[in-house]
Amino acid sequence: MTTKLFGEPVRRREDARLITGQGRYLDDLGAGALAAAFVRSPHAHARIVDIDVSAALDVEGLVAIYTWEDLPGALAEPLPLLIPHPALTHGRTAYPLAREIVRHVGEPVVMVVARDRYLAEDACALIRVDYEILKPVVGVEEAVRGVHLVHEDVPGNVGAHLVQEVPGPAGQTAWEAIDAAPHRLEFRLDVERSASMPLEGKGVYARWDADDESLRVYSSTQTSTSVRMAIAAKLGLPLPKVEVIAPDVGGGFGVKIMHPWPEEVLVPWAARQLNHEVKWTEDRREHFVSSSHERGQVQHVRVGFDDDGRVLGLEVEILHDHGAYTPYGIIVPIITSTQLLGPYKVGAYRVEFSSVYTNTVQVTPYRGAGRPQGVFCMERTMDKIAAYLGKDRTEVRAANFIQPDEFPYDQGLTFQDGRPLIYDSGDYPEALRMLKELIGWDSFPEEKARAAAEGRRIGIGVGCYVEGTGVGPYEGGHVQITSDGRVHVSTGLTSQGQGHETVFAQIAATELGVPIEKVSVVTGDTRRFGYAVGTFASRAAVMSGNAIALACRKVREKALRIAAEALEADPRDLEITDGMVHVSGVPSASIPLATVAVLSNPLRYAFDEEARRATQFAGPASDDRPPVAEGEEPGLEGRDYYSPIRSTFAAGMHAAIVETDPDTAEIKILRYAVVHDCGRLINPMIVEGQIHGGVAQGVGGALYEKMVYDEHGQLLNASFMDFLMPYATEVPRVETAHLETPSPLNPLGIKGAGEAGVIPVSAVVASAIEDAEGIPIDRMPISPSDLHALRQAR
Amino acid sequence: MKPPPFHYHGPVTLGEALDVLAEAGPGGKVLAGGQSLIPLLNMRLAAPSHIVDVNRVPGLDGIEAGPSGVRVGALARHAAVERSPEAAAAQPLLRQALRLVAHPVIRNRGTVVGSLVHADPSAEMPAVLALLGGSVRLASRTGEREVPAAEFFTGPMESALRPGELAVSAFFPALPARSGTAFHEVARRHGDYAVAGVAAAVALDEDFRIAAARVACVSVGPVPVVVDVTGECGPRPAASVDWEAVAHAVRDRIEPEGDIHATADYRRHLTGVLAVRALLDAACAARGEES
Ligand SMILES: Cc1cc2nc3c(=O)[nH]c(=O)nc-3n(C[C@H](O)[C@H](O)[C@H](O)COP(=O)(O)OP(=O)(O)OC[C@H]3O[C@@H](n4cnc5c(N)ncnc54)[C@H](O)[C@@H]3O)c2cc1C
Repeated sequence: MTTKLFGEPVRRREDARLITGQGRYLDDLGAGALAAAFVRSPHAHARIVDIDVSAALDVEGLVAIYTWEDLPGALAEPLPLLIPHPALTHGRTAYPLAREIVRHVGEPVVMVVARDRYLAEDACALIRVDYEILKPVVGVEEAVRGVHLVHEDVPGNVGAHLVQEVPGPAGQTAWEAIDAAPHRLEFRLDVERSASMPLEGKGVYARWDADDESLRVYSSTQTSTSVRMAIAAKLGLPLPKVEVIAPDVGGGFGVKIMHPWPEEVLVPWAARQLNHEVKWTEDRREHFVSSSHERGQVQHVRVGFDDDGRVLGLEVEILHDHGAYTPYGIIVPIITSTQLLGPYKVGAYRVEFSSVYTNTVQVTPYRGAGRPQGVFCMERTMDKIAAYLGKDRTEVRAANFIQPDEFPYDQGLTFQDGRPLIYDSGDYPEALRMLKELIGWDSFPEEKARAAAEGRRIGIGVGCYVEGTGVGPYEGGHVQITSDGRVHVSTGLTSQGQGHETVFAQIAATELGVPIEKVSVVTGDTRRFGYAVGTFASRAAVMSGNAIALACRKVREKALRIAAEALEADPRDLEITDGMVHVSGVPSASIPLATVAVLSNPLRYAFDEEARRATQFAGPASDDRPPVAEGEEPGLEGRDYYSPIRSTFAAGMHAAIVETDPDTAEIKILRYAVVHDCGRLINPMIVEGQIHGGVAQGVGGALYEKMVYDEHGQLLNASFMDFLMPYATEVPRVETAHLETPSPLNPLGIKGAGEAGVIPVSAVVASAIEDAEGIPIDRMPISPSDLHALRQAR
Repeated sequence: MKPPPFHYHGPVTLGEALDVLAEAGPGGKVLAGGQSLIPLLNMRLAAPSHIVDVNRVPGLDGIEAGPSGVRVGALARHAAVERSPEAAAAQPLLRQALRLVAHPVIRNRGTVVGSLVHADPSAEMPAVLALLGGSVRLASRTGEREVPAAEFFTGPMESALRPGELAVSAFFPALPARSGTAFHEVARRHGDYAVAGVAAAVALDEDFRIAAARVACVSVGPVPVVVDVTGECGPRPAASVDWEAVAHAVRDRIEPEGDIHATADYRRHLTGVLAVRALLDAACAARGEES
């Protein structure tokens, strides 16, 4: 059957457009727009004494200069705190343009609008801002000392403090369980900062229609619906007068779920003020210093375990670097502290985090969103237990696994969606078995000995994770079949290149029984779908995928009802194949969906041949009931929503073989293997692509990427020359195997896949380097220079 | 990331280029491949008032290889020199080094001479010129001068080029018979500037003992650091050299600094390792063997 596409490796339909330069990105739009640029703070912490714009006024082509003083109403208030939480007792957000105090290098102070970006930057260079320098706070440990404060009214720089505890089987606290355990270990781990770093930075382009008093905004965002609401609120516009569209977006990876960015409200406001299109395209330097970072944590771990390596009690204390503001709440450390547990039962657990302010760029979720740190913590713990007991590292893990017959498994914690952390399904022992086979775990010792005989050092590493995916609250889908037989699917969440056009079309084609070529998909356009949350947390397939399937089922049911009448058959005897509704087993008794669409919409006017069939004198319609029956709607369309009770939990296990050069300390990943379980696969090729991309970012986090702040709060590597993202040459070939344990929570049985690849990579690479070198690896990323220093210190 | 305003000049003869440069004086900058200059402009780290684009000047893209060496014109791209069989035959170190310079797309535009004038202490070509004792030919409205490598590199990103001058070519001398060269480096990522790197040249005597051995080290000083290790290596066959002592000698002569990518200590260690690797390879090549 040509229309059974769910589960097939269908080629990505968006690729032809995206890889041949036909994409329509933010900066491809608005050729006639004025350009905005920003004067940003050169200091990490300072008081603005004076802003002198006089020299800039002579720049030819200058249109406007705005400071905080110019902002009216809600725009002059701090930006929203998007995700409040009771533990976030001292949440703070920035003003769109700095008011009095700047708290990190890169904070916007003055907005300039000019004829083009060159002139706007010329004007920026001529604006003089006098600052009184204040003491900057850099690094979490400096922050908790609380000697200097990022926000005067936040004592100790602590924005949030949260403890979660799960008692052991006999009700003992983690502390008691650890104390009573036969063996104990205690250690510290460090994870550096990194960032989403999409190839396309942020960008906003706004058009104000003065006659209609309406606004159209294009933004390179992961959530157009929510940006729309934010703009309406900040500018005091009625919601129906604002439309927001996410055009092709060149990567998001989390940073573009943050919103509204200052520019997302300032650019539309300026467009209205000036009654002229305005556009701002972020450049790379701006992206480094004025968007978001992630990862940075210090963790103190105490663990107690038995002779088999079974964890009896675990205590983790996390210092989380939140940067200067907390607009996205404390989602990242919450995810770290809950997802840290991975596929394991740890007896009694206590996790405590302090989320602290520093005079650095704010921290909001980046692909993995706190999980890479948590998994690093748990997996380093597993390796340390194995080393302590002299056991195989996979054996220790297996001893702690939740077993397949224990699902649903309640970890006893509260997850990022405010709901209980209950794993829906999984098969961890099988995943580990598959992984060991894929990488050749059991024969590695011989391989290692052979290499050693040649003077080469190699090591193998492993890491496991569980990922809560598809968080609510909801997504919706709208499906319309038009009288030409085409199927128009829309959903409100956005795309950043993941392949949504393909997988959503696969789902619709499968549900409706139509050729995939007939299906078109629109995402992230509030003109088409106004209710949505956004693309993040590996949720698009789970949320919109299921919503679209449910919407399709409504449409299908209606189509069968109408077709049954036309064919004088029972709807239960009908099926749809290749766009034709027919009586099962009787292909000749059929009617095209296109015709069903015509019949579904009683017409007065015939605008083409097809439409004649639906007009008032054309048909046999009975005259004892209204043309549109009660409870019916005209048209062959359906809308439905999917709102899950809680997240669904995907899982995976990775292994790597690395080689370290005994002389130069260079580190090379020789092999990288992934076993991945995201429930039922809609498109295995797209899932693999997601894994490859995630692993590439994970390799960045493990071996290359860090944000190097000096003690003054200056970011020393704010360019692609010094912030080292791996090239294709640094990313290993990824070998994958899939396990499918369907989710019982949603109609399609799927789990999210978007973030998976990145999550365990630092843990896996650390494990492998440790195996090669015999030196504990407790801090990531690790460079050849770092490895050399560790060797020297041995 | 847009450049500050500047006047653009596109001279079409050498004379015109030199006239424009003379008039521009200290405010003038030559634009060759643009792979280093344009990023500097876009980040507003440089603000020359006049950009003199020499890409339309004919006759500057020559690569002349002969028994005495290779003369590379100002507009000869990295890629063209890398691919020239004549240049590789006359001075194999050019190709060995150029393969380590950036990525193919950058080598397609970047020029060898531009790289010399740019004088980045992490760049490969200045080390090659320094190791071989080559020179750069500078032209101005008042005449030409040939500056030897030892005087050309004056500091990090600083060369002997004066305002009003155009570097028209560079000369890379050939080596005597029974000589060999090699270039080894460690970069954080493929094609990045080296954390440390070493170019080596070795000459053997008739009995295949090392008669002369020199290295030039990158990223470990303000300019390429040339170290003569003939004393430590010769006159002995490569197999009986005390290579640890050679590494030690090289480490002693360099002045690495730490930065965000590597500590000074690591750079020092690494340069010793790479020096030995490069010298061994160069000695192999001098014997006419593959390394
Ligand atoms: C991503 C990236 C990676 C790189 N990696 C490396 C690397 O690993 N190793 C390496 O060596 N280089 C590297 N480079 C630099 C590259 O090799 C440059 O091309 C080179 O340094 C300069 O050559 P150019 O022709 O582009 O010079 P331009 O950028 O045009 O000019 C550079 C400077 O030299 C001056 N100049 C150029 N030509 C002349 C002349 N004929 N007379 C007088 N002044 C002149 C200019 O005025 C300017 O000051 C890299 C560049 C990039 C963008």
